[in-house]
Amino acid sequence: MFQTVMASLNEGFLKTLEIFVLTLLGAFPLGLIICFGSTSQFRLLKYPVKLIVWCVRGTPLMLQLLIIYYGPGLILGNNWWGNGSSGRFTAAIVAFIINYACYFSEIYRGGIEGVPKGQYEAGQVLGMTKSQIFFKVIFLQVIKRIIPPMGNEIITLVKDTSLARVIAVYEIIWSGQAFIKSSGLIWPLFFTGVYYLLFSGILTLLLGRLEKKLEFFRV
Amino acid sequence: MSVLEVKNISKSFGETEVLKDVGFTLEKGEVIAIIGSSGSGKTTLLRCLNFLETPDGGQIIVNGETLFDASNRTLCSETDIRKNRLHFGLVFQSFNLFPQYTALGNVKLAGELLAKQRDDYKEQRRQILQDIEEKACELLRQVGLSDKMHLYPHQLSGGQQQRVAIARALALAPDVLCFDEPTSALDPELTGEVLKVIRSLAEKNTTMVIVTHEMQFARDVADKVVFMDDGVVVEAGTPEQVFGNPQQERTIRFLERYSEQ
Ligand SMILES: Nc1ncnc2c1ncn2[C@@H]1O[C@H](COP(=O)(O)OP(=O)(O)O)[C@@H](O)[C@H]1O
Ligand SMILES: [Mg+2]
Repeated sequence: MFQTVMASLNEGFLKTLEIFVLTLLGAFPLGLIICFGSTSQFRLLKYPVKLIVWCVRGTPLMLQLLIIYYGPGLILGNNWWGNGSSGRFTAAIVAFIINYACYFSEIYRGGIEGVPKGQYEAGQVLGMTKSQIFFKVIFLQVIKRIIPPMGNEIITLVKDTSLARVIAVYEIIWSGQAFIKSSGLIWPLFFTGVYYLLFSGILTLLLGRLEKKLEFFRV
Repeated sequence: MSVLEVKNISKSFGETEVLKDVGFTLEKGEVIAIIGSSGSGKTTLLRCLNFLETPDGGQIIVNGETLFDASNRTLCSETDIRKNRLHFGLVFQSFNLFPQYTALGNVKLAGELLAKQRDDYKEQRRQILQDIEEKACELLRQVGLSDKMHLYPHQLSGGQQQRVAIARALALAPDVLCFDEPTSALDPELTGEVLKVIRSLAEKNTTMVIVTHEMQFARDVADKVVFMDDGVVVEAGTPEQVFGNPQQERTIRFLERYSEQ
Protein backbone atom coordinates (compact mmCIF):
# COMPACT_ATOMS: atom_id res chain seq x y z
CA MET A 1 0.00 0.00 0.00
CA PHE A 2 2.75 2.41 1.00
CA GLN A 3 4.38 2.05 -2.38
CA THR A 4 1.12 2.61 -4.22
CA VAL A 5 0.54 5.77 -2.24
CA MET A 6 4.08 7.00 -2.77
CA ALA A 7 3.92 6.37 -6.50
CA SER A 8 0.68 8.27 -6.71
CA LEU A 9 1.96 11.14 -4.57
CA ASN A 10 5.15 11.34 -6.60
CA GLU A 11 3.11 11.64 -9.74
CA GLY A 12 1.00 14.39 -8.19
CA PHE A 13 4.10 16.16 -6.98
CA LEU A 14 5.57 16.09 -10.45
CA LYS A 15 2.47 17.93 -11.67
CA THR A 16 2.85 20.44 -8.83
CA LEU A 17 6.49 20.94 -9.75
CA GLU A 18 5.56 21.40 -13.39
CA ILE A 19 3.03 24.09 -12.54
CA PHE A 20 5.58 25.78 -10.32
CA VAL A 21 8.42 25.82 -12.85
CA LEU A 22 6.32 26.77 -15.87
CA THR A 23 4.61 29.56 -13.92
CA LEU A 24 7.95 31.06 -12.94
CA LEU A 25 9.38 30.70 -16.45
CA GLY A 26 6.38 32.57 -17.83
CA ALA A 27 5.79 35.08 -15.05
CA PHE A 28 9.37 36.37 -14.70
CA PRO A 29 9.53 37.83 -18.23
CA LEU A 30 5.81 38.66 -18.53
CA GLY A 31 6.01 40.49 -15.21
CA LEU A 32 8.81 42.65 -16.58
CA ILE A 33 6.78 43.49 -19.68
CA ILE A 34 3.76 44.38 -17.52
CA CYS A 35 6.05 46.47 -15.34
CA PHE A 36 7.24 48.45 -18.37
CA GLY A 37 3.59 48.88 -19.38
CA SER A 38 2.43 50.13 -16.01
CA THR A 39 5.32 52.60 -15.73
CA SER A 40 5.05 53.77 -19.34
CA GLN A 41 4.68 57.47 -20.15
CA PHE A 42 2.09 56.47 -22.72
CA ARG A 43 -1.26 56.74 -20.98
CA LEU A 44 -3.20 54.57 -23.38
CA LEU A 45 -0.92 51.74 -22.35
CA LYS A 46 -0.31 52.64 -18.73
CA TYR A 47 -3.88 52.86 -17.48
CA PRO A 48 -5.28 49.71 -19.12
CA VAL A 49 -2.28 47.78 -17.80
CA LYS A 50 -2.78 49.21 -14.32
CA LEU A 51 -6.46 48.26 -14.49
CA ILE A 52 -5.61 44.67 -15.40
CA VAL A 53 -3.05 44.43 -12.60
CA TRP A 54 -5.57 45.80 -10.15
CA CYS A 55 -8.23 43.27 -11.21
CA VAL A 56 -5.84 40.34 -11.07
CA ARG A 57 -4.41 41.29 -7.71
CA GLY A 58 -7.81 42.14 -6.29
CA THR A 59 -9.56 38.85 -7.05
CA PRO A 60 -8.84 35.28 -5.93
CA LEU A 61 -6.61 33.14 -8.10
CA MET A 62 -9.26 30.44 -7.80
CA LEU A 63 -11.80 32.66 -9.54
CA GLN A 64 -9.29 33.46 -12.27
CA LEU A 65 -8.61 29.78 -12.85
CA LEU A 66 -12.31 29.06 -13.27
CA ILE A 67 -12.93 32.02 -15.56
CA ILE A 68 -9.91 31.33 -17.73
CA TYR A 69 -10.78 27.67 -18.10
CA TYR A 70 -14.56 27.92 -18.58
CA GLY A 71 -14.71 31.44 -20.05
CA PRO A 72 -13.77 30.77 -23.65
CA GLY A 73 -16.17 27.85 -23.97
CA LEU A 74 -19.15 29.44 -22.24
CA ILE A 75 -18.75 33.06 -23.35
CA LEU A 76 -17.23 32.71 -26.80
CA GLY A 77 -18.72 29.30 -27.52
CA ASN A 78 -15.29 27.97 -28.34
CA ASN A 79 -13.19 26.05 -25.87
CA TRP A 80 -9.65 27.02 -26.84
CA TRP A 81 -8.13 24.78 -24.28
CA GLY A 82 -9.31 21.58 -25.87
CA ASN A 83 -10.73 18.67 -23.97
CA GLY A 84 -9.04 16.42 -21.53
CA SER A 85 -6.36 16.87 -18.97
CA SER A 86 -3.83 18.61 -21.19
CA GLY A 87 -6.37 21.35 -21.96
CA ARG A 88 -7.07 21.88 -18.29
CA PHE A 89 -3.37 21.93 -17.53
CA THR A 90 -2.67 24.56 -20.18
CA ALA A 91 -5.51 26.74 -18.89
CA ALA A 92 -4.16 26.41 -15.36
CA ILE A 93 -0.65 27.43 -16.42
CA VAL A 94 -1.98 30.45 -18.31
CA ALA A 95 -3.99 31.56 -15.27
CA PHE A 96 -1.02 31.11 -12.95
CA ILE A 97 1.35 32.97 -15.25
CA ILE A 98 -1.00 35.95 -15.62
CA ASN A 99 -1.69 36.08 -11.90
CA TYR A 100 1.94 35.83 -10.83
CA ALA A 101 3.19 38.14 -13.58
CA CYS A 102 0.95 40.87 -12.14
CA TYR A 103 2.39 40.40 -8.66
CA PHE A 104 5.93 40.24 -10.05
CA SER A 105 5.38 43.41 -12.09
CA GLU A 106 4.71 45.32 -8.88
CA ILE A 107 7.82 43.86 -7.29
CA TYR A 108 9.95 44.83 -10.30
CA ARG A 109 8.42 48.30 -10.22
CA GLY A 110 9.27 48.76 -6.56
CA GLY A 111 12.79 47.47 -7.19
CA ILE A 112 13.44 49.76 -10.13
CA GLU A 113 11.85 52.84 -8.59
CA GLY A 114 13.76 52.21 -5.38
CA VAL A 115 17.12 52.85 -7.04
CA PRO A 116 17.93 56.51 -6.36
CA LYS A 117 17.93 58.89 -9.31
CA GLY A 118 21.51 59.82 -8.38
CA GLN A 119 22.71 56.40 -9.54
CA TYR A 120 21.49 57.07 -13.08
CA GLU A 121 22.86 60.59 -13.00
CA ALA A 122 26.28 59.49 -11.75
CA GLY A 123 26.44 57.11 -14.71
CA GLN A 124 25.26 59.79 -17.12
CA VAL A 125 27.86 62.37 -16.12
CA LEU A 126 30.52 59.70 -16.60
CA GLY A 127 29.44 59.41 -20.21
CA MET A 128 27.83 55.98 -19.92
CA THR A 129 25.13 54.92 -22.34
CA LYS A 130 21.62 54.10 -21.13
CA SER A 131 22.19 50.38 -21.50
CA GLN A 132 25.56 50.53 -19.74
CA ILE A 133 23.90 52.35 -16.86
CA PHE A 134 21.16 49.76 -16.70
CA PHE A 135 23.33 46.67 -16.89
CA LYS A 136 26.46 47.87 -15.06
CA VAL A 137 24.91 50.05 -12.38
CA ILE A 138 21.19 49.54 -11.89
CA PHE A 139 20.55 45.87 -12.58
CA LEU A 140 22.32 44.30 -9.60
CA GLN A 141 20.84 46.86 -7.24
CA VAL A 142 17.36 45.97 -8.49
CA ILE A 143 18.06 42.25 -8.08
CA LYS A 144 19.21 42.82 -4.53
CA ARG A 145 16.11 44.85 -3.75
CA ILE A 146 13.64 42.38 -5.22
CA ILE A 147 14.98 39.10 -3.88
CA PRO A 148 13.20 39.27 -0.50
CA PRO A 149 9.71 40.12 -1.85
CA MET A 150 10.25 37.80 -4.82
CA GLY A 151 11.17 35.03 -2.39
CA ASN A 152 7.91 35.50 -0.53
CA GLU A 153 5.91 35.26 -3.74
CA ILE A 154 7.79 32.15 -4.83
CA ILE A 155 7.06 30.39 -1.54
CA THR A 156 3.43 31.42 -1.86
CA LEU A 157 3.38 29.93 -5.36
CA VAL A 158 4.51 26.57 -3.97
CA LYS A 159 1.28 26.44 -1.98
CA ASP A 160 -0.91 28.14 -4.58
CA THR A 161 -0.19 25.37 -7.09
CA SER A 162 -2.76 23.33 -5.16
CA LEU A 163 -5.52 25.62 -6.45
CA ALA A 164 -5.16 24.02 -9.88
CA ARG A 165 -7.34 21.21 -8.60
CA VAL A 166 -10.49 23.38 -9.00
CA ILE A 167 -10.25 22.68 -12.71
CA ALA A 168 -9.23 19.09 -12.08
CA VAL A 169 -5.51 19.30 -12.62
CA TYR A 170 -4.23 16.31 -10.69
CA GLU A 171 -1.62 17.91 -8.51
CA ILE A 172 -0.34 16.40 -5.28
CA ILE A 173 -3.24 17.17 -2.95
CA TRP A 174 -5.63 15.66 -5.43
CA SER A 175 -3.50 12.51 -5.40
CA GLY A 176 -3.49 12.41 -1.60
CA GLN A 177 -7.19 13.07 -1.25
CA ALA A 178 -8.03 10.31 -3.69
CA PHE A 179 -7.03 7.78 -1.01
CA ILE A 180 -9.70 9.04 1.37
CA LYS A 181 -12.42 8.01 -1.02
CA SER A 182 -10.80 4.89 -2.41
CA SER A 183 -9.23 3.39 0.72
CA GLY A 184 -10.36 5.47 3.68
CA LEU A 185 -6.79 6.58 4.32
CA ILE A 186 -5.97 10.01 5.74
CA TRP A 187 -2.21 9.69 6.13
CA PRO A 188 -1.44 10.19 2.42
CA LEU A 189 -2.93 13.64 2.80
CA PHE A 190 -0.66 14.36 5.74
CA PHE A 191 2.18 13.09 3.65
CA THR A 192 1.54 15.68 0.97
CA GLY A 193 2.28 18.23 3.68
CA VAL A 194 5.75 16.75 4.01
CA TYR A 195 6.36 17.28 0.30
CA TYR A 196 5.35 20.94 0.60
CA LEU A 197 7.52 21.46 3.65
CA LEU A 198 10.57 19.92 2.00
CA PHE A 199 10.01 21.80 -1.21
CA SER A 200 9.50 25.21 0.36
CA GLY A 201 12.29 24.46 2.82
CA ILE A 202 14.79 23.84 0.02
CA LEU A 203 13.63 26.97 -1.79
CA THR A 204 14.00 29.08 1.35
CA LEU A 205 17.53 27.76 1.70
CA LEU A 206 18.41 28.57 -1.90
CA LEU A 207 16.91 32.04 -1.67
CA GLY A 208 18.81 32.65 1.53
CA ARG A 209 22.02 31.69 -0.22
CA LEU A 210 21.32 34.06 -3.08
CA GLU A 211 20.64 36.84 -0.61
CA LYS A 212 23.94 36.08 1.09
CA LYS A 213 25.78 36.22 -2.22
CA LEU A 214 24.63 39.82 -2.62
CA GLU A 215 25.47 40.83 0.91
CA PHE A 216 28.86 42.18 -0.14
CA PHE A 217 27.22 45.53 -0.90
CA ARG A 218 24.39 47.59 0.52
CA VAL A 219 21.77 49.62 -1.24
CA MET B 1 41.03 81.21 -24.99
CA SER B 2 38.80 80.44 -22.04
CA VAL B 3 38.30 76.84 -21.05
CA LEU B 4 34.66 77.48 -20.34
CA GLU B 5 32.29 80.17 -21.47
CA VAL B 6 28.78 80.06 -20.14
CA LYS B 7 26.55 82.59 -21.86
CA ASN B 8 23.04 83.76 -21.06
CA ILE B 9 21.84 80.46 -19.65
CA SER B 10 18.16 80.43 -18.80
CA LYS B 11 16.09 77.56 -17.51
CA SER B 12 12.51 77.22 -16.34
CA PHE B 13 10.69 74.36 -14.71
CA GLY B 14 7.11 74.92 -15.79
CA GLU B 15 6.23 78.41 -14.65
CA THR B 16 9.25 78.94 -12.39
CA GLU B 17 12.24 80.62 -13.94
CA VAL B 18 15.16 79.05 -12.13
CA LEU B 19 18.03 80.56 -14.13
CA LYS B 20 17.84 83.95 -15.84
CA ASP B 21 20.58 84.98 -18.17
CA VAL B 22 23.41 83.42 -16.18
CA GLY B 23 26.93 83.63 -17.52
CA PHE B 24 30.58 83.48 -16.57
CA THR B 25 33.93 82.54 -18.06
CA LEU B 26 36.66 80.39 -16.67
CA GLU B 27 40.31 80.30 -17.71
CA LYS B 28 42.44 77.19 -17.62
CA GLY B 29 43.53 76.32 -14.09
CA GLU B 30 41.08 78.73 -12.50
CA VAL B 31 38.66 77.98 -9.73
CA ILE B 32 35.30 79.66 -9.60
CA ALA B 33 33.20 79.50 -6.46
CA ILE B 34 29.46 79.91 -6.74
CA ILE B 35 27.73 81.02 -3.58
CA GLY B 36 24.14 81.88 -2.83
CA SER B 37 21.27 80.89 -0.62
CA SER B 38 19.37 77.67 -1.08
CA GLY B 39 16.98 77.71 -4.03
CA SER B 40 18.95 80.30 -5.96
CA GLY B 41 19.62 77.91 -8.86
CA LYS B 42 23.19 76.79 -8.20
CA THR B 43 22.51 73.07 -8.57
CA THR B 44 20.45 73.66 -11.69
CA LEU B 45 23.35 75.58 -13.22
CA LEU B 46 25.77 72.72 -12.59
CA ARG B 47 23.24 70.24 -13.93
CA CYS B 48 22.98 72.31 -17.10
CA LEU B 49 26.76 72.25 -17.49
CA ASN B 50 26.72 68.47 -17.15
CA PHE B 51 23.79 68.10 -19.52
CA LEU B 52 21.52 66.62 -16.89
CA GLU B 53 19.17 69.50 -17.66
CA THR B 54 18.74 71.17 -21.00
CA PRO B 55 18.79 74.97 -20.75
CA ASP B 56 16.02 76.87 -22.48
CA GLY B 57 18.41 79.53 -23.68
CA GLY B 58 22.10 80.32 -23.89
CA GLN B 59 25.34 78.68 -24.89
CA ILE B 60 28.00 76.49 -23.35
CA ILE B 61 31.39 76.78 -25.01
CA VAL B 62 34.40 74.69 -24.02
CA ASN B 63 37.85 75.46 -25.44
CA GLY B 64 36.18 77.46 -28.17
CA GLU B 65 33.90 74.61 -29.20
CA THR B 66 30.19 75.27 -28.84
CA LEU B 67 28.82 72.25 -27.02
CA PHE B 68 25.39 73.64 -26.50
CA ASP B 69 23.47 76.38 -28.20
CA ALA B 70 19.80 76.70 -27.38
CA SER B 71 19.12 78.26 -30.79
CA ASN B 72 20.72 75.30 -32.58
CA ARG B 73 19.17 72.06 -31.41
CA THR B 74 21.07 69.90 -33.88
CA LEU B 75 23.75 69.51 -31.22
CA CYS B 76 21.43 67.57 -28.95
CA SER B 77 21.59 63.96 -30.08
CA GLU B 78 22.09 61.33 -27.40
CA THR B 79 25.61 60.53 -28.64
CA ASP B 80 26.61 64.21 -28.79
CA ILE B 81 25.40 64.78 -25.28
CA ARG B 82 27.39 61.82 -24.03
CA LYS B 83 30.50 63.13 -25.72
CA ASN B 84 29.90 66.64 -24.37
CA ARG B 85 29.56 65.33 -20.85
CA LEU B 86 33.12 64.07 -20.97
CA HIS B 87 34.33 67.67 -20.92
CA PHE B 88 32.85 67.97 -17.46
CA GLY B 89 33.03 66.03 -14.23
CA LEU B 90 30.49 66.36 -11.45
CA VAL B 91 30.85 65.59 -7.78
CA PHE B 92 27.43 65.33 -6.18
CA GLN B 93 26.38 66.47 -2.77
CA SER B 94 25.29 62.92 -1.95
CA PHE B 95 28.36 61.14 -3.46
CA ASN B 96 26.29 58.72 -5.56
CA LEU B 97 28.94 56.04 -5.57
CA PHE B 98 27.95 52.74 -7.15
CA PRO B 99 27.39 50.47 -4.14
CA GLN B 100 28.26 47.18 -5.83
CA TYR B 101 31.74 48.30 -6.83
CA THR B 102 34.78 48.82 -4.62
CA ALA B 103 36.38 52.26 -4.41
CA LEU B 104 38.76 51.17 -7.16
CA GLY B 105 35.90 49.70 -9.20
CA ASN B 106 34.01 52.97 -8.97
CA VAL B 107 36.98 54.91 -10.29
CA LYS B 108 37.69 52.44 -13.10
CA LEU B 109 34.20 51.65 -14.37
CA ALA B 110 33.54 54.50 -16.79
CA GLY B 111 37.04 54.35 -18.24
CA GLU B 112 36.75 50.63 -18.87
CA LEU B 113 33.41 51.02 -20.59
CA LEU B 114 34.73 53.86 -22.72
CA ALA B 115 37.84 51.90 -23.68
CA LYS B 116 35.67 49.22 -25.28
CA GLN B 117 34.89 51.66 -28.07
CA ARG B 118 38.56 52.00 -28.99
CA ASP B 119 39.59 50.42 -32.27
CA ASP B 120 42.61 48.75 -30.72
CA TYR B 121 40.67 47.44 -27.71
CA LYS B 122 40.77 43.80 -28.82
CA GLU B 123 44.52 43.60 -29.40
CA GLN B 124 45.55 45.91 -26.57
CA ARG B 125 42.96 44.86 -24.02
CA ARG B 126 45.34 43.85 -21.25
CA GLN B 127 47.54 46.89 -21.60
CA ILE B 128 44.56 49.26 -21.73
CA LEU B 129 42.94 47.76 -18.65
CA GLN B 130 46.22 47.84 -16.80
CA ASP B 131 46.70 51.51 -17.64
CA ILE B 132 43.20 52.31 -16.40
CA GLU B 133 43.88 50.45 -13.19
CA GLU B 134 47.19 52.20 -12.59
CA LYS B 135 45.64 55.59 -13.25
CA ALA B 136 42.79 54.79 -10.86
CA CYS B 137 45.19 53.68 -8.13
CA GLU B 138 47.18 56.87 -8.59
CA LEU B 139 44.02 58.98 -8.27
CA LEU B 140 42.99 57.15 -5.11
CA ARG B 141 46.45 57.74 -3.74
CA GLN B 142 46.05 61.45 -4.49
CA VAL B 143 42.86 61.61 -2.47
CA GLY B 144 44.55 59.68 0.33
CA LEU B 145 42.74 56.36 -0.04
CA SER B 146 45.40 53.93 -1.20
CA ASP B 147 44.67 51.67 1.74
CA LYS B 148 40.90 51.71 1.17
CA MET B 149 40.68 51.01 -2.52
CA HIS B 150 39.32 47.50 -2.15
CA LEU B 151 36.54 48.52 0.21
CA TYR B 152 32.92 48.98 -0.82
CA PRO B 153 31.17 52.33 -0.35
CA HIS B 154 29.20 51.18 2.70
CA GLN B 155 32.50 50.37 4.41
CA LEU B 156 33.73 53.95 4.01
CA SER B 157 32.92 57.11 5.96
CA GLY B 158 31.11 59.94 4.23
CA GLY B 159 34.32 61.89 3.79
CA GLN B 160 36.06 58.88 2.28
CA GLN B 161 33.14 58.23 -0.04
CA GLN B 162 33.23 61.79 -1.25
CA ARG B 163 36.97 61.50 -1.91
CA VAL B 164 36.35 58.36 -3.97
CA ALA B 165 33.70 60.32 -5.86
CA ILE B 166 36.28 63.02 -6.59
CA ALA B 167 38.76 60.42 -7.87
CA ARG B 168 36.01 58.91 -10.00
CA ALA B 169 35.16 62.29 -11.50
CA LEU B 170 38.84 62.89 -12.29
CA ALA B 171 39.36 59.50 -13.92
CA LEU B 172 38.21 60.64 -17.35
CA ALA B 173 40.31 63.81 -17.09
CA PRO B 174 37.51 66.33 -17.61
CA ASP B 175 38.32 69.89 -18.70
CA VAL B 176 36.19 71.28 -15.92
CA LEU B 177 35.42 69.60 -12.62
CA CYS B 178 32.19 70.70 -10.94
CA PHE B 179 31.32 70.29 -7.28
CA ASP B 180 27.81 70.67 -5.90
CA GLU B 181 28.15 71.43 -2.20
CA PRO B 182 30.64 68.59 -1.76
CA THR B 183 30.66 68.84 2.02
CA SER B 184 27.02 69.63 2.78
CA ALA B 185 26.06 66.01 3.41
CA LEU B 186 29.01 65.41 5.73
CA ASP B 187 29.38 65.57 9.48
CA PRO B 188 31.33 68.72 10.37
CA GLU B 189 34.40 66.77 11.44
CA LEU B 190 34.65 65.17 8.00
CA THR B 191 34.45 68.28 5.84
CA GLY B 192 38.13 69.10 6.38
CA GLU B 193 39.51 66.05 4.61
CA VAL B 194 37.37 66.69 1.54
CA LEU B 195 38.20 70.40 1.39
CA LYS B 196 41.86 69.51 1.70
CA VAL B 197 41.64 67.30 -1.38
CA ILE B 198 39.91 70.06 -3.34
CA ARG B 199 42.54 72.53 -2.21
CA SER B 200 45.30 70.23 -3.43
CA LEU B 201 43.53 69.99 -6.80
CA ALA B 202 43.44 73.77 -6.99
CA GLU B 203 47.17 73.89 -6.31
CA LYS B 204 47.66 71.52 -9.24
CA ASN B 205 45.72 73.99 -11.41
CA THR B 206 42.64 71.88 -11.90
CA THR B 207 39.91 73.94 -13.53
CA MET B 208 36.94 73.80 -11.18
CA VAL B 209 33.46 75.18 -10.57
CA ILE B 210 32.62 74.83 -6.90
CA VAL B 211 29.21 75.45 -5.40
CA THR B 212 29.76 75.79 -1.69
CA HIS B 213 28.54 77.23 1.57
CA GLU B 214 32.06 77.15 3.03
CA MET B 215 32.79 80.86 2.73
CA GLN B 216 36.30 80.79 4.13
CA PHE B 217 37.21 77.94 1.81
CA ALA B 218 35.77 79.78 -1.20
CA ARG B 219 37.72 82.85 -0.27
CA ASP B 220 41.00 80.92 -0.01
CA VAL B 221 40.69 78.69 -3.03
CA ALA B 222 38.72 80.59 -5.64
CA ASP B 223 40.10 82.91 -8.29
CA LYS B 224 36.59 84.17 -8.98
CA VAL B 225 33.44 84.26 -6.92
CA VAL B 226 29.91 84.43 -8.26
CA PHE B 227 27.04 85.29 -5.97
CA MET B 228 23.69 84.07 -7.23
CA ASP B 229 20.28 84.93 -5.96
CA ASP B 230 16.91 83.98 -7.35
CA GLY B 231 18.38 82.65 -10.59
CA VAL B 232 20.54 85.63 -11.50
CA VAL B 233 24.20 86.46 -11.03
CA VAL B 234 24.00 89.35 -8.61
CA GLU B 235 27.69 89.95 -8.24
CA ALA B 236 30.88 88.46 -9.60
CA GLY B 237 34.53 89.24 -9.10
CA THR B 238 37.63 88.26 -7.23
CA PRO B 239 37.23 86.93 -3.70
CA GLU B 240 38.60 90.23 -2.42
CA GLN B 241 35.92 92.15 -4.30
CA VAL B 242 32.95 89.95 -3.49
CA PHE B 243 33.82 89.08 0.11
CA GLY B 244 35.88 92.15 1.01
CA ASN B 245 33.99 94.88 -0.72
CA PRO B 246 30.59 93.72 -1.96
CA GLN B 247 28.70 96.32 -3.99
CA GLN B 248 25.20 94.90 -4.09
CA GLU B 249 22.72 95.15 -1.27
CA ARG B 250 21.72 91.46 -1.68
CA THR B 251 25.34 90.28 -1.49
CA ILE B 252 25.95 92.27 1.65
CA ARG B 253 22.88 90.82 3.34
CA PHE B 254 23.77 87.29 2.32
CA LEU B 255 27.33 87.58 3.61
CA GLU B 256 26.13 89.13 6.86
CA ARG B 257 23.86 86.16 7.44
CA TYR B 258 26.82 83.85 6.98
CA SER B 259 29.23 85.74 9.20
CA GLU B 260 26.69 85.71 12.02
CA GLN B 261 26.79 81.92 12.14
N1 LIG C 1 13.35 69.25 -11.47
C1 LIG C 1 12.79 70.36 -10.95
N2 LIG C 1 11.49 70.63 -11.15
C2 LIG C 1 10.93 71.75 -10.66
N3 LIG C 1 11.58 72.68 -9.95
C3 LIG C 1 12.88 72.48 -9.72
C4 LIG C 1 13.57 71.32 -10.19
N4 LIG C 1 14.86 71.40 -9.82
C5 LIG C 1 14.98 72.55 -9.13
N5 LIG C 1 13.80 73.20 -9.07
C6 LIG C 1 13.57 74.51 -8.42
O1 LIG C 1 14.54 75.39 -8.89
C7 LIG C 1 14.97 76.26 -7.88
C8 LIG C 1 16.46 76.25 -7.76
O2 LIG C 1 16.89 75.00 -7.30
P1 LIG C 1 18.40 74.57 -7.17
O3 LIG C 1 19.06 74.75 -8.47
O4 LIG C 1 18.42 73.24 -6.57
O5 LIG C 1 18.94 75.66 -6.15
P2 LIG C 1 20.20 75.60 -5.19
O6 LIG C 1 21.07 74.48 -5.62
O7 LIG C 1 20.84 76.95 -5.34
O8 LIG C 1 19.67 75.41 -3.81
C9 LIG C 1 14.25 75.84 -6.60
O9 LIG C 1 13.17 76.71 -6.40
C10 LIG C 1 13.78 74.46 -6.93
O10 LIG C 1 12.58 74.19 -6.26
MG1 LIG D 1 21.77 72.85 -4.52
